[in-house]
Amino acid sequence: MKLAVNGVEHELSSPPLTPLLYVLREELGITSPKAGCQQGGCGSCTVLVGGEPRRSCLLPAAALDGAEITTLEGLGSPEALSPIQTAFHERYAAQCGFCTSGMVLAAHAYLEGGGGSERESIQDALAGHICRCTGYVKIIDAVSAAAGGDITSNQRWLPQPGEEAPVEVPGAPA
Amino acid sequence: MATATVARGAGTEVLSPASEDEAIAAFGDGAGVTILAGGTIVVPEMTYGYLKPERVLMLGSAGLTGVARNGSRTTIGAMTSVQDLVELAAPLGPCAANVADREIRAQATAGGNLCAPVGRDAPRGDLQAAFLALDAQVRSAGAGGERTDSVEDFLADKDGRLVLDISFEEPAAGGFARLDRPHTHDYSALTVCVGRLADGSTRIAVAGVDGPAVRLPSAEAKADDPAAAAEAAAQDVTFADDALASAWYRERTLPVLIRQALSELQEAV
Repeated sequence: MKLAVNGVEHELSSPPLTPLLYVLREELGITSPKAGCQQGGCGSCTVLVGGEPRRSCLLPAAALDGAEITTLEGLGSPEALSPIQTAFHERYAAQCGFCTSGMVLAAHAYLEGGGGSERESIQDALAGHICRCTGYVKIIDAVSAAAGGDITSNQRWLPQPGEEAPVEVPGAPA
Repeated sequence: MATATVARGAGTEVLSPASEDEAIAAFGDGAGVTILAGGTIVVPEMTYGYLKPERVLMLGSAGLTGVARNGSRTTIGAMTSVQDLVELAAPLGPCAANVADREIRAQATAGGNLCAPVGRDAPRGDLQAAFLALDAQVRSAGAGGERTDSVEDFLADKDGRLVLDISFEEPAAGGFARLDRPHTHDYSALTVCVGRLADGSTRIAVAGVDGPAVRLPSAEAKADDPAAAAEAAAQDVTFADDALASAWYRERTLPVLIRQALSELQEAV
């Protein structure tokens, strides 16, 4: 079985009925899809299959021969975040982070599909995703901001090697 | 060989037919075969170790998809996604839209929902009620060859059958009502579908009861009077009593849903 993940082709050795979630995490070492409920109920394992958001815990590898998968790792980089990643950062839409990769990928697909900034349609698009920190308000704010173009593009959020942190931390030693 | 064996893994033979004919041949009489359509029920059952199939028939490449209209008749391939049904007329469209969330609906199938067994802690298969209300016909393969049954007959004897498609005549009107779900990942505790057929008769069905969805003949006999139909409905049902809702609660909310669905039907006529 062949699988392209984030543009890289892999020849799989997992048994054919292995759900994609475990192929990604255990065979390929790609750990942004999280193993939450593992029965399709929480959305933390959502990845993009041919650009469409799907629960990776429900998809047997044999059903995906030749498919193109995108995980959070394939969406952007610290140097060049995707618009939805920038929006999540700027709007404080991540708390513990467990639901974040699934939320970001579902939101990315929503934006790619021409989704607008109306809260109701964003709620519909993200309805299968559970945030146990209950950070829904800020998550929907972020998607709405990204849909409305109300973000800074490609903001860097991590200092590069040799650089100072971009923000001063109160009370930190000079 | 009509069917390609993809590989063996974890002791299970995986068959991946590439057409309807190959799927029928691979299914045979169904003995020892587990059908994997969308996977939303079967895959977690395997993940959690409840299901250890000998042979899995994966239908993802077998075709069997699409909604086709021929005159007044609509035919839905077994592998059509539930999401692809949401724009259809009531009761099927709104019933499909009430299943899970977008991602699950895009993966779950019409045939899988029709065949969904009662879950370990909740009923499944809301679309059964819509298909009952529409007087749908189910074309299936298995022991004894291909056959076409009414939904009632099919649900009474669905084990060992491979669903190929589901078809029905466009209803004159439809109605749908359900108990609201706390979250999209919950199954519906109770779902009522009603259909006014072209011959003027009214069919009323309910999912979320003890077992597959059922018609409510006592309510149907009084369909012109929603209050009387609602009062008569409970005598036709054995209510499920599970983690989603008690039988007590379901018994008291069924009449409300019947009234809602019949009122919607009357407004639509």
